[in-house]
Amino acid sequence: MEIYRAHVLVCTGTGCTSSQSPKIIEEFEKYLKANKLDNEVKIVKTGCFGLCAEGPIVVIYPEGAMYTMVKPEDVKEIVEEHLLKGRLVKRLLAGNKELKDSVKPIEQVEFFKKQKRVALRLCGVINPESIDEYIAFDGYKALAKVLTEMKPEEVIDEIKRSGLRGRGGGGFPTGIKWEFAARSQDTEKYVCCNADEGDPGAFMDRSILEGDPHSVLEAMTIAGYAIGASQGYVYVRAEYPIAVKRLNIAIQQAKEYGLLGKNIFGTDFSFDIELRLGAGAFVCGEETALMTSIEGHRGEPRPRPPFPAVKGLFGKPTLLNNVETYANIPTIIRNGAEWFASIGTEKSKGTKVFAMGGKINNTGLLEIPMGTTLREVIYDIGGGIPNGKKFKAAQTGGPSGGCIPASKIDTPIEYDTLVELGSMMGSGGLIIMDEDNCMVDIAKFFLEFTVDESCGKCPPCRIGTKRMLEILERITGGKGEEGDVEKLEILAKNIKASALCGLGQTAPNPVLSTLRYFRDEYEAHVRDKKCPAGVCKSMLNYIVDEQRCKCCGICARNCPVNCISGQKGVPYKIDQEKCIKCGTCLEKCPFKAIFKNA
Amino acid sequence: MKSIAELEEIRKRTLEQIGLRENNEKMRIVVGMATCGIAAGARPVMNTFLEELKKRNINNVSVTMTGCIGICRLEPIVEVIEPDGSKVTYVKMNPEKAARVVAEHIVNGRVCIDYTIGAEEKNK
Repeated sequence: MEIYRAHVLVCTGTGCTSSQSPKIIEEFEKYLKANKLDNEVKIVKTGCFGLCAEGPIVVIYPEGAMYTMVKPEDVKEIVEEHLLKGRLVKRLLAGNKELKDSVKPIEQVEFFKKQKRVALRLCGVINPESIDEYIAFDGYKALAKVLTEMKPEEVIDEIKRSGLRGRGGGGFPTGIKWEFAARSQDTEKYVCCNADEGDPGAFMDRSILEGDPHSVLEAMTIAGYAIGASQGYVYVRAEYPIAVKRLNIAIQQAKEYGLLGKNIFGTDFSFDIELRLGAGAFVCGEETALMTSIEGHRGEPRPRPPFPAVKGLFGKPTLLNNVETYANIPTIIRNGAEWFASIGTEKSKGTKVFAMGGKINNTGLLEIPMGTTLREVIYDIGGGIPNGKKFKAAQTGGPSGGCIPASKIDTPIEYDTLVELGSMMGSGGLIIMDEDNCMVDIAKFFLEFTVDESCGKCPPCRIGTKRMLEILERITGGKGEEGDVEKLEILAKNIKASALCGLGQTAPNPVLSTLRYFRDEYEAHVRDKKCPAGVCKSMLNYIVDEQRCKCCGICARNCPVNCISGQKGVPYKIDQEKCIKCGTCLEKCPFKAIFKNA
Repeated sequence: MKSIAELEEIRKRTLEQIGLRENNEKMRIVVGMATCGIAAGARPVMNTFLEELKKRNINNVSVTMTGCIGICRLEPIVEVIEPDGSKVTYVKMNPEKAARVVAEHIVNGRVCIDYTIGAEEKNK
């Protein structure tokens, strides 16, 4: 086999793929060949590096130089300068503002400095379509150790001592879950992986499956050994085509190497994994609905107990964990429970992956030790809020979670502190909001989502959330009545207490948490018919400041509904009846003479 | 997969090929590859380094390229940089000299004094 002097790693996660990374790879192949470097330089397709806002990302080793926002037309320069002559293409280097003369290795890019990668250990390091590369970085070593040196009880004990808790949202201790499943006596048991990531804006699990699929397969096999199962299912959304493709390749490769199948490592343990594709219903991320869906039925939840560990898939004891939970397992086995427990805080061990989006400079994927503060995440890793705006709140946990207001920005991020704040860890969606976001509007957005995604089986969720949405629509529509806010609260509490599954029980959370911290905004909407952030259109007027207006007519020419009138010498006026509040005039006015009156 | 030995073998074999992606502190061989360097024959020098290192199964040394450092008359120039930052600069290199640098300096830690820039300047 060839030894290459340099490796060009190109991100082929979903984000970078949609911004032309396949084309970039083609260009690299072309120019490497043209410069006769194709025997010296290897191109590697990897998973997500996390800095999706700056994609497509190309990292060149051995220097570890990270190029961001690479365009296909930049490739010629990178090949001719960096790979042929050894000169960095400084204008494309990550964080090149602070860069003087030398290479800044990837670890020192501001975005990565405070991160600690356990679940994302190999994302952006290996080629996810190569089992050999996974093995080179200690892959399947944990499985070998478990099968040859450990008893199932010892495996469970190790996981329990590590303090790992479920990363899918609930935060249930993983080791205890495994123990329950192991204790259930039956001829058949199943291991399932929940890869039905549905929170708007969340892509942690997708990135792990795309960047390091073997880690999940290895962990599921370990789980199979620990609880005594011989069949595993990965339930993955069909909307994740790259993840599905790489999982299929990974399963195939593992079978060829005998790491899945009969008598793994010469022991009498056999295990197999199959994929099941979900059709994108949010409720199928709920464990009982997920299993119902795997069974081939309509994805609806069922009451618990019986819990899946007792009676799950096909009525058999079933262990169900989230993708990220599994991705932690091999490293815990290799490095030991004590190592893992040394990361994080007293009650939340290890690290957590977040998909950060919204009003933040570095949109992307990050993994931090538990206990990192929100401030560090937003300002150090996230690079702050764009356009120097003020931070208002962070939304965690998606449609099931809540908001953390600016006043709590120094709270360490861990399971229990987030719950105390009325939010939750959730699966890892993290949406940052600035002063221009209306909290009532945000609550409405998430409720619209849950109303859409409610499966309709239980009335509190089917009817209750719909009624809540109607009240919210009334409030944001400027028709809020005295007592609406109180009604919302009562409804929310009743739904929480009576809905059948996790979806309904958590659906009112966005409303409750915004009510807790931003009640004044709700009241401004209801009493004063005003939206303080200037988002809710019904309560918004665009007005021309007559003093500042230079009567240029640019606003009138750009108005899509021709509702602005005026002429030379006479300041322009907006006809409020006709105005659709699109904001075009405000954007176009060169003299800042138009403002929003909220 | 019937044994851990098999797994270990794949691991070692693959790591040899991709070990350079680990950003560990290690010895670096930097070859000047600007126009002047290439014209003076830096490419065969670099290839010799790669081949010699591979022949000896040395994985903890990286070979990289750099631009022109200004003394074009002494090209091909090769710098061997220790993890602590100290470096030795070899000048007027050729493939034979490169092979000797690997054997003496990289493997045994004995600097090939006669190829260094200091020796070259003295001879003037």
